[in-house]
Amino acid sequence: MDNILEVQHISKKFAGHTVIKDLNFGVREGDFFSILGPSGCGKTTLLRMIAGFLEPTSGKVIIRGEDMSGIPPNKRPVNIVFQSLALFPMMNVKENVAFGLRRRKFTNKEIDEKVFSMLSRVGLEDYGNKAVTQLSGGQRQRVAIARSLVLGPSILLLDEPLGALDRKLREHMKIELKLLQAELGTTFIYITHDQSEALVMSNKVAVMNSGNFDQLDTPKNLYKFPATSFVAGFVGETNKFDISTQKTENNMMNITTKKGWKLEKRFFEDEEHNFLFIRPESIILKPDDKLKDVSRFMIKVKTILFDGSNTKISAYTKVGDERILIALPQNARFENIAVGDEMEAAVHHNDLKCYKE
Amino acid sequence: MSKIKWGFYIFLIPVLLWLFLLIVFPHIDLFVNSFRSQNNLGDSIWSLANYKAFFSDSVYWYTFVRTAVYSILVTFLTFIVTFPVAFYITKVVSVKFSGFLALLLLMPFWVGELVSVYGWMILLRESGIINFFLLKMGIIDTPLKMLYNDISMIIGLVYMSMLFMIVPIMSSLEGMDDSLIEAASDLGASKFTIIRKIVIPHAAPGIVSGSIVVFMLVLGDYLTPDLLGGKNALWFTEQIYNEFIASFNWNEGAAFGFLLLALSTSIIWLALKITNQSFEKAVS
Amino acid sequence: MIRTLPSSKTYKIGYTIFIALFYVFLFAPLIVTCVLAFNNSNFPTLPWKGFTLDWFFANNGQRVGVFEDSDLLSSMYISFETGFYVSVMSLIVGTMGAFLFVQEKFRFKGALYFLALAPLVIPGVILGISILLSSTIAGGFVDQHFGIDIPFLRPSFSLVVLGQFSFITTFVVLVVSAKLKKFDGTLEEAALNLGASRFDVIRLITLPYLKPALIGSFIVSFLMSFGNFNTTLFLVGSDTTLPIDLYSRIRDGSTPVLNAVSFLLIFGTSLLAVFNLIYNNVKNKE
Repeated sequence: MDNILEVQHISKKFAGHTVIKDLNFGVREGDFFSILGPSGCGKTTLLRMIAGFLEPTSGKVIIRGEDMSGIPPNKRPVNIVFQSLALFPMMNVKENVAFGLRRRKFTNKEIDEKVFSMLSRVGLEDYGNKAVTQLSGGQRQRVAIARSLVLGPSILLLDEPLGALDRKLREHMKIELKLLQAELGTTFIYITHDQSEALVMSNKVAVMNSGNFDQLDTPKNLYKFPATSFVAGFVGETNKFDISTQKTENNMMNITTKKGWKLEKRFFEDEEHNFLFIRPESIILKPDDKLKDVSRFMIKVKTILFDGSNTKISAYTKVGDERILIALPQNARFENIAVGDEMEAAVHHNDLKCYKE
Repeated sequence: MSKIKWGFYIFLIPVLLWLFLLIVFPHIDLFVNSFRSQNNLGDSIWSLANYKAFFSDSVYWYTFVRTAVYSILVTFLTFIVTFPVAFYITKVVSVKFSGFLALLLLMPFWVGELVSVYGWMILLRESGIINFFLLKMGIIDTPLKMLYNDISMIIGLVYMSMLFMIVPIMSSLEGMDDSLIEAASDLGASKFTIIRKIVIPHAAPGIVSGSIVVFMLVLGDYLTPDLLGGKNALWFTEQIYNEFIASFNWNEGAAFGFLLLALSTSIIWLALKITNQSFEKAVS
Repeated sequence: MIRTLPSSKTYKIGYTIFIALFYVFLFAPLIVTCVLAFNNSNFPTLPWKGFTLDWFFANNGQRVGVFEDSDLLSSMYISFETGFYVSVMSLIVGTMGAFLFVQEKFRFKGALYFLALAPLVIPGVILGISILLSSTIAGGFVDQHFGIDIPFLRPSFSLVVLGQFSFITTFVVLVVSAKLKKFDGTLEEAALNLGASRFDVIRLITLPYLKPALIGSFIVSFLMSFGNFNTTLFLVGSDTTLPIDLYSRIRDGSTPVLNAVSFLLIFGTSLLAVFNLIYNNVKNKE
C-alpha cells in the first residue's frame, strides 16, 4: 500500500446533524490532491479531522500506516496553511518560520540553517527580520507555506489559502504553488471552492457534495466525463436544461427541453433523464455539412460577451427559444458575427451530457 | 483531559473567591443587618425599625428623592454636553487631531476626582479666580456666592462624569459608517433629521451604557456633593456616612445603603427595559 | 457636517466655539490649580504675588512644602503601595476571569459573568459599607469563638486594598475579555499544529497578544486605586491614603500646598499618559 493517507469510513456528526457521511478514500505519496466543493459541503470539517482538531464520530484516519485516533494535533505529521494564514503578528518572519523547529528542540544553529534555506526556497531570504505586517499578500502566503514546510511534514494541508488574494495574484500563486509542490514532492491536500484552482494545480481532484465525494478523478476526466449532474454543474462553465427523453425506433433518443427545444442523441442509455448539460465550447457554429453524429439546430445571436480568448455569445434557439451560451473562437472565420445574426449550430452526441438527477 | 480540568479550577477558584467573599457575602450581610436592631435591653433582634426610621423622618426620604432626581438630571446634562464633543472627535475633526483630543478627555479621570473638585473650589469660591477677574473687570462690585450650592454641585458632578459618558458614545459612533450620513444628506435630510434619525439611534447602545455608569457614579458619589454642595444640598450618601461614622448606627446605615442599592438597580433596570438593552451588552 | 460634507460657515464656527468652550471647561480647574502652586501667596488664589517653590521645598514656621511634610509624604507612599497591590491582584484575577468567560464553557457561567459585572452598578459607598460590615462581623465571630484578634479585618490598609480590588477587577475583566474576544483562534490552532503544547500557546501566543491590554489595564487600575475616595473612606484605618488626607485638609481650609500636591499628580499622570501614547504608537508602527 503506497497511500500516504487513508481515510477509512469516516463520519462526523454535530449535534445530531451529519456533516460527513461514511467517507472512504486514499491519497498517494507526492500527489497534489484537491478537495473541491461549495461552502458547507464539509470539506473544512474533513481537513480539521485529518489535522486532529476534530475527532471523527466513527472511522479512522491513517497516515503512513499509523492510526491517528486520539493523537492530538501537535503530535501529527501534518501541517496546515490556514485560510487566514494565521501568521503570528508578534513575531517577525524568521521567528514565525522557526516556531515549529524550536518546539522540536533543534539547536539554534540547525534552526538558522533550516530557516534560511526554506526562506531562500520561497524567495524571501532577505525578509527574515521584517515584521509579518510589513509583507504583501503574496509574501505572507509564502511565509505561511514556509513555516509549515520547514518541519518536513508527511502531508501539507492547505485550507483555501488563496481566498484572500486579489485575482491577479491568485493566478500567479496558483502556478507558483504547483511548481513548489513538484519540486519538493511533498503530498499536498488542497481545499477550495474555486474549480479553476483545483483543475490547474492538482493531479487528483475530489468533488465534494453534502458530506461525500461525488467523483474522485483527474482534472481532465472530471471536466470531460462528470459522474453526476452536480459535478457537471459545479466544474466548469455549462448550459443546463430541464428535459424529458424518449426512445425512438432507430436506437436514438429524443430530448425535449421544458420550453420545447428538441435535440437527438445516439447511444440510448436505458434510463429516463431529467437534466441536460452542454458546455459552451462544445457547440460548433456553422458546422460542416459532412459532420456526423451531431445534433443540429438554428440559433439567433442576442449579445456578444467579449472577453478575449474567453469570448462568448448569448443566443436563443429558434425552436423553443431557450437561452444558450456559446464559445466564440476569436479567429477570422467568426469575425463578422453580429447581434441579430441567425445561423446553424451543432453539438456532438457525446457532448450532450444527460443525467437522471 | 484531567490536566485541562486542573487548569480550569486554578482559574476558577480565585474568581469565585473574589465574587463571593467581596461581593456576594458582604451584600447579604448588608441585607440581613438592615433588618436587625437593638431592643430596650440592648439585645439584637429582627425588626423593621431601620426602614421605619427612614420613612418616618421626612429629611431622609426627601434627601433620597432629591438624590435620585438630581442624579437623573446630571446624567442627562452630561449627555447634552458630551454628545456634540463625541460627534466632533469621531466624525468632524481631521483624523490627525482626533486621537489627541480624545486623550485630553482622559485627564480629569487620570488626576482623580479630588484634584478636580479642588480645582473647582479654587475657581468658584468667593475669593476665587472667577470672582477675582469679574471684580477686576468691574462687572460686579461684591463677590458672587457661586460655591456651596446646587449649581456648583451639578457642575462638579457633570465634570467628573463626562469621561464615562463620552467614551462609550465615541466607540459606538466610531463603528458607524460615514456613508450613512452622506446617504441621508444626499437624500435631502436636514442636519437635525440626520442627528435624530441616523446618528442617535446608531449611538444608542453607547448612550445607554454611558448613562448607566454615569448615573451609578453620581448616585453613589460622596466627595463632590460633600465638598461642592451647600449645607442644604444634602446627598443620600452623606446620610449613610453619618449613620456609619458619626452616629455609629450601622443597622440603620445598612438599611439606607440597601435602599440606595435598590434605587440604583431599579432605575437602571427600568432604563434597560425602556431602551430594550441587556445589562451584559450595555456595560461591555 | 462630517469631514466629507460641506457645512455653512456659521454652523462651523458655532460648533468650533462650543468645542473650544468644552475644552476650557475641561482644563480650567486643572490649569488654575497648577499655576497657583507657584504663587508666592498664603492662599490659593490670585492676585499673582510672584513665583515661588516654597510650596514644594520650604520648611519654615509659616510654610511647609510637600517634600518637607512627612504626613503628606507618608500618605502618598501608602497610596502608591495600595495602588501597586490592587493593580497586581486585579490584573491577575481579572485576566483569569477574562479567560474563563471568553474561552471556557461551564455551568452557571452566565450567572457568574453577571456577578462579575455587578460592581459596575454598585455605588462605591455601598461597596465600602458592605465590606466594612461583613469584615467586622467576621472579625467579631473569630474573636468570640477562637479568641483570636485579626487586625486585618478591621479598617486597615489590607481592607482598603480588598475593597478597591473588589471593583477594579471588574474593569480588568472587561478590558481583557474585550481584547481576548478579538483574538483569532486560528493563531492558537496554528501554534498547536506546529507542535506547541497548551502551555507554549499561552506563553508564546496568547499572552504576547494580550500584552498591550494588560499594560493598559495595569496603569488604569493603578490610577483608579490611587484616586479612589468613596470606597476607601469607609475602610481606611490609621494609614490614610492621599485622597483621604487631602480631603480632610480641604475641609480644614486650604493652603497652596494642596495645589503643589495636585500639580505633582497632574504632572505625573500626564507623564504616564504620554508614555502610554508613545508606547502604543511604537506598537502600532511595528
